[in-house]
Amino acid sequence: MQKQLLLGVEAIGQGAIDGGMSGVYAYPGTPSTEITEYIQENTLAEERNIHRQWSTNEKTAYEAALGMSYAGKRAMTCMKHVGLNVAADAFMNSAVVGINGGFILAVADDPSMHSSQNEQDSRFYGKFAMIPVLEPSTQQEAYDMAYEGFQLSETTGLPVMLRITTRLAHSRSGIEQKEVLPENALILPSDPKQFVLLPALARRKYKTLLAKQVQLEKLSEESKYNMYFEGTDHSLGIIACGISYNYLMENYQGKTCPFPVLKIAQYPVPSRLIKRMEQECDEILVLEEGAPLMEEMLGDFFGKGTPVHGRLDGALPRDGELNPDLVAKALGLTTFVGSNIPEVVANRPPALCQGCGHQDVYAAMNEVLADYSKGRVFSDIGCYTLGALPPFETIYSCVDMGASVTMAKGAADAGLIPSIAVIGDSTFSHSGITGLLDAVNENSNIIVVISDNESVSMTGGQDSSAYGKIESICEGVGVDPAHIRVVVPLKKNHGEMVNIFREELAYEGVSVIIPRRECLQKAARRKRNKK
Amino acid sequence: MKTDIILAGVGGQGILSIAATLGTAALSDNLNIKQAETHGMSQRGGAVVSHMRISDQTIASDLIPLGKADLILAVEPMESLRYLPFLSETGYLVTNTTPFINIPNYPEVEKVMEEIRKLPRFIAIDADRIAKEIGNARASNMVMLGAASPFIDIEFDKIKEGVRSIFDRKGDEIIDLNIRALEAGRDFSLQNK
Repeated sequence: MQKQLLLGVEAIGQGAIDGGMSGVYAYPGTPSTEITEYIQENTLAEERNIHRQWSTNEKTAYEAALGMSYAGKRAMTCMKHVGLNVAADAFMNSAVVGINGGFILAVADDPSMHSSQNEQDSRFYGKFAMIPVLEPSTQQEAYDMAYEGFQLSETTGLPVMLRITTRLAHSRSGIEQKEVLPENALILPSDPKQFVLLPALARRKYKTLLAKQVQLEKLSEESKYNMYFEGTDHSLGIIACGISYNYLMENYQGKTCPFPVLKIAQYPVPSRLIKRMEQECDEILVLEEGAPLMEEMLGDFFGKGTPVHGRLDGALPRDGELNPDLVAKALGLTTFVGSNIPEVVANRPPALCQGCGHQDVYAAMNEVLADYSKGRVFSDIGCYTLGALPPFETIYSCVDMGASVTMAKGAADAGLIPSIAVIGDSTFSHSGITGLLDAVNENSNIIVVISDNESVSMTGGQDSSAYGKIESICEGVGVDPAHIRVVVPLKKNHGEMVNIFREELAYEGVSVIIPRRECLQKAARRKRNKK
Repeated sequence: MKTDIILAGVGGQGILSIAATLGTAALSDNLNIKQAETHGMSQRGGAVVSHMRISDQTIASDLIPLGKADLILAVEPMESLRYLPFLSETGYLVTNTTPFINIPNYPEVEKVMEEIRKLPRFIAIDADRIAKEIGNARASNMVMLGAASPFIDIEFDKIKEGVRSIFDRKGDEIIDLNIRALEAGRDFSLQNK
């Protein structure tokens, strides 16, 4: 059978389908989005009627997947690293209650912040929750780990984290598929109290989780994914986690690495293998994509033990993703470089598309806000965050999903009147509604602009869960219908938009302005697909 | 056999269709592939790059090391220069000459071309014009792939098959158009290299 050319994310989708998954639950977020999109377009997923609709946010996704696992079926939830912060409450407690049907959390980290607000290493979450973590280095491993992850989850009774980073997520390679497994039957947990975290029960369950750690470590030590390669030169031992193994091997193409290498792809950390390396080698170099998790564990606080090198001692940069050149430098190998980038080359940052409705919103806001001092507009996560950059420079914050509404409220509480929030339709339904309720309950003097392009645009135009419901949500939360204003953001409506802003600025209370026009990219895609 | 290619352009220009075509061709030739691409925010009109590695050996890294690319294939002239640190001493730069100007400080096009002409090995081709002459400006990416094809160690017939399979769903007319675009690009390079 010819190999299938798949992105790392797609390989996870295919592996989960073939591994007998009955449902995927996710909210889009780069670089995790295409796991779910791949499943949505898969024929077998359609035949089996595998659940594959988008969820409203990562927390609802996580919990729904847990519910499917409760019912005995295999379920997966997918998100980006910051999405796991949103789902963290469900995540931490899911480790305590455990699972019934196999449960995979696929989380995609974005070191170097190609498309994110921060870089964080989800392996810390895995360690925090004390669950098994799988970290593939190739697309084939990504497929295999998704396929086998359900079994690992069912064997240990715990959710399994499948952690990837941007490079593997968005890199394509050939995949060999395995035999398609049947789905699990609907079977409820044998212990009816398994999912009940009343303190008395939770204390018992937490001890069970702690006791399981011995088994998890043994599984890591015996895992086929954790491999110890002998070396001839014991002056150094190299621990390479996940994709960093590829960067190491790139430096020994057509040659043999002289140093012992421990490739790590399953956690908790396999102590026996690491102790062996410590005994055999004078020094240790740790390569990890993300934060120095292993290096911190192995480093000797007092500097008396085996020297450990990596991101903390400057052998590698403390932040950002790795690459073959950085690893070569850490090994003291010669690196090459082509010619320099000529000075004539200008930066080309991302920008709002020409004709995008967000531009018309910012143009109107800038005109109205010229009458006030700067620094009054809080914003959120989405394409419209580009409004912080020239030519608009309208917004002054982008922190986390939904924070525009609540930060505007807090600033208004502090006396910054007017304070304005700019949030997208999908971000609003993800995490903006509860903040709006806070504002309504205190009649905060703020304007919430829900710049509605009927789409989750930055991640590729997925359907927004608030589609067609935004006005009724705002009314339901308690915003006065007279101050819910809808307008079409077009150049020809500039005057109308300016007037609406002026009227709502004069109102002392919560106003919602909804400029609504479909995302250009989504509209174009829709037309192309029709053809 | 090993060809390491940096594919460069601007978000929305569709460099991924070139990558998909080449990837399909390489896979049908039983070669190994790794191809890392850019998704997310930079797709909104920012600089985008894809690292494409094709080899008959196992490929370790998804990213090409600096100074090791055999080819830079750019669908936009200024973008072709952004990745010069990746180009090997013996590598070729193949670029479209039609600029994509979506920033206020885009340099004078002639200055960009001057820098390209300084390189020891380059092909500069007006792919947009050639595609229009053939019948559709949107085929310019296939003109570019054709122009790069003499420097890629895959049989040209396999690349043609790749084009057929990528455009399969769009019907014979679109397939033929793209094949002609591919051939026109290749002819240009063979005459000008």
